[in-house]
Amino acid sequence: MNLRSYTMTLSIFFLIFIITLCVTPLIGSSNISLARAFSDSINISNNADANILFQVRLPRILLGALTGAALSVAGAIFQALLRNDLAAPFTLGVSSGAALGAVIAIALNLNMSLMGFPVVSLFSFLGSLGAIMLVFSLVRTRHGEFPTGILLLAGVTANFFFAAMVMFIHYLADFSQSFRIIRWLMGGLDITDYDTILSITPMVFLGIFILMFISRDLNLISTGVHSASSRGVNVARIQKVGFITASLITGTVVATCGPIGFVGLIVPHTVRLFVGPDLRILIPASMLFGASFLVACDTLARTIIAPTEIPVGIITAILGGPFFVWLLKRKRQV
Amino acid sequence: MTLMKLENISFTYETEPVLRDLSLSIQEQDFIGLIGPNGSGKSTLLKIMGAIMKPDSGSVRFKESPVAKINKKLFAQSVSWIPQDHPMVFPFKVSEIVLMGRHPYLSPLSFESEEDFEITRRAMETTMTSQFADRYFNEISGGEKQRVMIASALAQRPEMMLLDEPTAALDLKYQIQILNILKNLNTAHNMTLIMAMHDLNLAASFCNRLILLDEGQIVRDGTPEQVLEKDILERVYGIEIDLDAKDGNIRVHPVIEN
Repeated sequence: MNLRSYTMTLSIFFLIFIITLCVTPLIGSSNISLARAFSDSINISNNADANILFQVRLPRILLGALTGAALSVAGAIFQALLRNDLAAPFTLGVSSGAALGAVIAIALNLNMSLMGFPVVSLFSFLGSLGAIMLVFSLVRTRHGEFPTGILLLAGVTANFFFAAMVMFIHYLADFSQSFRIIRWLMGGLDITDYDTILSITPMVFLGIFILMFISRDLNLISTGVHSASSRGVNVARIQKVGFITASLITGTVVATCGPIGFVGLIVPHTVRLFVGPDLRILIPASMLFGASFLVACDTLARTIIAPTEIPVGIITAILGGPFFVWLLKRKRQV
Repeated sequence: MTLMKLENISFTYETEPVLRDLSLSIQEQDFIGLIGPNGSGKSTLLKIMGAIMKPDSGSVRFKESPVAKINKKLFAQSVSWIPQDHPMVFPFKVSEIVLMGRHPYLSPLSFESEEDFEITRRAMETTMTSQFADRYFNEISGGEKQRVMIASALAQRPEMMLLDEPTAALDLKYQIQILNILKNLNTAHNMTLIMAMHDLNLAASFCNRLILLDEGQIVRDGTPEQVLEKDILERVYGIEIDLDAKDGNIRVHPVIEN
């Protein structure tokens, strides 16, 4: 890969992202006028257009972008580490592990922060890490492979198990906790503010940077652990860093938005069709395209039966289910 | 000169011992055929020599330094390993696979330089793989894949190459093609080669040294003439064997009862 084609390709994905970011704030159930929103002559508290744009739509779009970016990158990483292109935060049960962690924290009323990180996020991260470790140790064969059938079974099992735990905690929870849990489990980008976005941005970007740093090592691991090792990759260390980092970014966004399914499956696959499997470009391209994709899905969720808004997780699942079936069918043919 | 020295190597998978107190030294420009029945420890021995697995006990030294203490990337600049088969989940192109051989020379977040491209280009010429550089690895034939993997290993610029049954599952033409490429690397490029091999006759005609393994121990180590002896082979493989020599080459024939 050379620098020129690399920047060319990424520029295209960046352009898609910028266009999405510029267009989607203008789409919504109430028409807003940019001229009014940016007008100096109207007092900000009376400026309905500015309020809708800056207090409602923009934070939601930014959160959507971060979430889409994080889930897509995590999907690409899990696929490479497990050498299976059906792996994704949702299919592996990582999202539901994160959900369980978050629900435990909510049920225990742990609303404080620890070293700047909300405890709910930390629990969510631990949940996703636990889930991936469970799936990893359950599925890996003696030869270090991760066969599709067992991988998906383990993912389904993990999903059911964590969902049951969540229901159990939900059943025991009091009324206000129960409301928070339900609201959160539906998965949505609608309850947010700039503080939340500021608190998760560094985690997501740090995670993606770390993954970029080890992207060539991950490429080699995606072709086989033993040959990666013979090319000088410290396999055990890279696996550890990769799993922890991908779980961290998954846990961070899932703690805020709830489990949003299939983004981590659809996006890396689609992007791979255009840029190939080299993670040095697949990571940043999936980040940009994933951000655009989830923001677009959320815009659809906001407007499709306006003025009622539906959780974005419903849209991604409606798109993702058939996509997953298509992938599975294609895989069986080869 | 001694390139690699293994002393008292033992290795156990779960409860089953695979290598038992095995010692061996590899000289520069050796072309070694590692032979022995299935499960005799050939693949494991290659992985231990390639620092892919650590022995339970014993020491491996590369040019006097203990392998366990050598930086992994530095070691990969001297020793490369090629697996028996190459399952590839993702659609990498042949050229990308070969470029991966440059990994030990690259730092994180960097791109391959002109020099890296030049080295991979030459590696592909040596292995006659240049013509499918832009094809997908999964779409080429088994023999072509094996040559691509050799090109990728060559891109590591190693002094020593370890190959796990490089001709398994290939037709006769490809077997000879691969072995000729290896022979050429050995004689023209001074490459030290160690390959696990099931075909005793091909091993005898291409290698200058054979090592016969059985149940994790070296039974015989020497020239093909020294190693391929009737009673030893019959004992190790548990079948009746006939030997003959043609043009100075030993031929092994299993006796088939009709």
